Amino acid sequence: MSEVVLNCGYVPLVDCAPLVIAKELGFAAEQGLALNLLRQPSWSALRDMLALGHLDAAHMLSPMPVAMSIGMGGLPARVDALMVLSVNGTVFGVSNAVASTLENVRFGDTTALLSGLSARGAKPLRVGIPFHYSMHRLLLSYWAAQAPDLQIEEVTVPPMRMADAVSDGFVDAFWVGEPWGGVAVQNNVAKLMMAGRDVWQFAPEKVLAARHEWASQNEDSVRRLMRAVYQASAWLDAPGNKPLAVEILGRSEHLSMSPDLIDPALTGHIVPRTGASPVTVDRFLQFHSHAASFPWRSQAAWIAHHLGADAAGIEKAKTCFRADLFRQNLPDIGADMPQSSEKTEGAMTLPTSVASARGEMILSPDAFFDGRTFDFTAAVR
Amino acid sequence: MNENLSILVVEPNPERVRDIVDALREAGWSDVKALLQMSELNQTVREFSPDIVLIDLTNPDRDTLEHISHATETTKRAVALFVDQTDENLTQAALNAGVSAYVVDGLQMDRIKPVLQTAIARFKMMRQFHFELNAAKQALEDRKTIDRAKGILMRQRGMSEDDAYKLLRTTAMSQNRKVIDVAQALVTAADLLS
Repeated sequence: MSEVVLNCGYVPLVDCAPLVIAKELGFAAEQGLALNLLRQPSWSALRDMLALGHLDAAHMLSPMPVAMSIGMGGLPARVDALMVLSVNGTVFGVSNAVASTLENVRFGDTTALLSGLSARGAKPLRVGIPFHYSMHRLLLSYWAAQAPDLQIEEVTVPPMRMADAVSDGFVDAFWVGEPWGGVAVQNNVAKLMMAGRDVWQFAPEKVLAARHEWASQNEDSVRRLMRAVYQASAWLDAPGNKPLAVEILGRSEHLSMSPDLIDPALTGHIVPRTGASPVTVDRFLQFHSHAASFPWRSQAAWIAHHLGADAAGIEKAKTCFRADLFRQNLPDIGADMPQSSEKTEGAMTLPTSVASARGEMILSPDAFFDGRTFDFTAAVR
Repeated sequence: MNENLSILVVEPNPERVRDIVDALREAGWSDVKALLQMSELNQTVREFSPDIVLIDLTNPDRDTLEHISHATETTKRAVALFVDQTDENLTQAALNAGVSAYVVDGLQMDRIKPVLQTAIARFKMMRQFHFELNAAKQALEDRKTIDRAKGILMRQRGMSEDDAYKLLRTTAMSQNRKVIDVAQALVTAADLLS
């Protein structure tokens, strides 16, 4: 098997872990893949480099390929999500000043938080998000829409500057991926109020993206890449591997951040404010368990719907989440996967057993905080 | 042909920004504004309503700039991404020089192109200058290290400066390494032993 060289872009966040592990632990090499991981300074730069062919694949915010496929997002290009890289993993936090008005709101109480913030008065709450086409923004809008009195002003801030943006008074709150929420707490400038999963229990956060055209012309490379990343994700979610994963990621030149910043996201032990003891957030960040890496077409539909797409746009979006490639490339390395490629998003409030390729498998709850469900099959048939 | 185009250059480094603005003004565009402080971006874009925004491709604040372009979608001053592959050569040239540009929707390509070309040339020049500056700095550092290594040999083995250098060179040649690497190893070892 001759070696294939792939250039893969990423933004240094804890959830790029599957790519780093695929390279550092040799899952890529086992597939005959030389994986070059290329750090990108911004999501815009990553998108341009991928669209223009300077990157073969990339760690991408899940709404980015959807937005691009339906002609939004600056650069219209057909970009596919080969698989989901991570589910959940973000936090919402507020400045110390805002936190002082929310004393009695406990971590993860989405409704009390909404009424607490609405009671602040007419001034809009300035919320830092990393990028316009991000799950962060979609969840923020979805959640805040429940409180008509709460005015939100979205401000894009590069994640690594989020803590500074809070201490400079540039934003009152933020929705960001780890470790940057933890950094704000460490710097004693903010209090974390909830995790992304408190709004949607199973939100696809990052995907492994590639140009549609490139993927169809490079089937073998795609297969190797997906298999390597799938195995890395499985390794990452094995509970016994967490301490080693923290250490490897901490040492890796690709992330260059200290292990104590990486640990909370991987273990789900989130410290909400300076000096407080950590709260345990169930399924804070998932890479593999409960079909986390499976690109549900209904997830793409949910994203497209909340980006404002019409029925035709939603159908187009579904095709860019490549459940077909997942079925084609992964069964013979022991991957199990649901038999259906779509589900009613938000319908599961408990772990649920469903039919899978090898019999049955358990899916995680995927409920929304307000109990709504989204069935995109009904809408078109 | 250069009148009526307003250009905003976003760049935190004051020297670099002056360089780019001067180059554009010399080429005949008078309505050029520089922005150093990202916190003023929103206001500046609204007030100045530029036809073209130029920003370093690697600047992390590009995401913020893109957001503002979405936020102003309702006004006629919509800003669209330049990198649209309509002119492959120009796009690649911009990419290689490390410049990205945002232009108002509907602006004619023949009006944008000269601005881009001027910016590309200037970015390229700055890159080259930066590269040469680094090379010069490195050469100076290397010379200091080699001088220290020579000093150690002269002191410890009572050699002349010439002989010390010859020893470093022959060792490097026999081990298939660079003189600077051998000198570095010697300096490191001496630091550890002292």
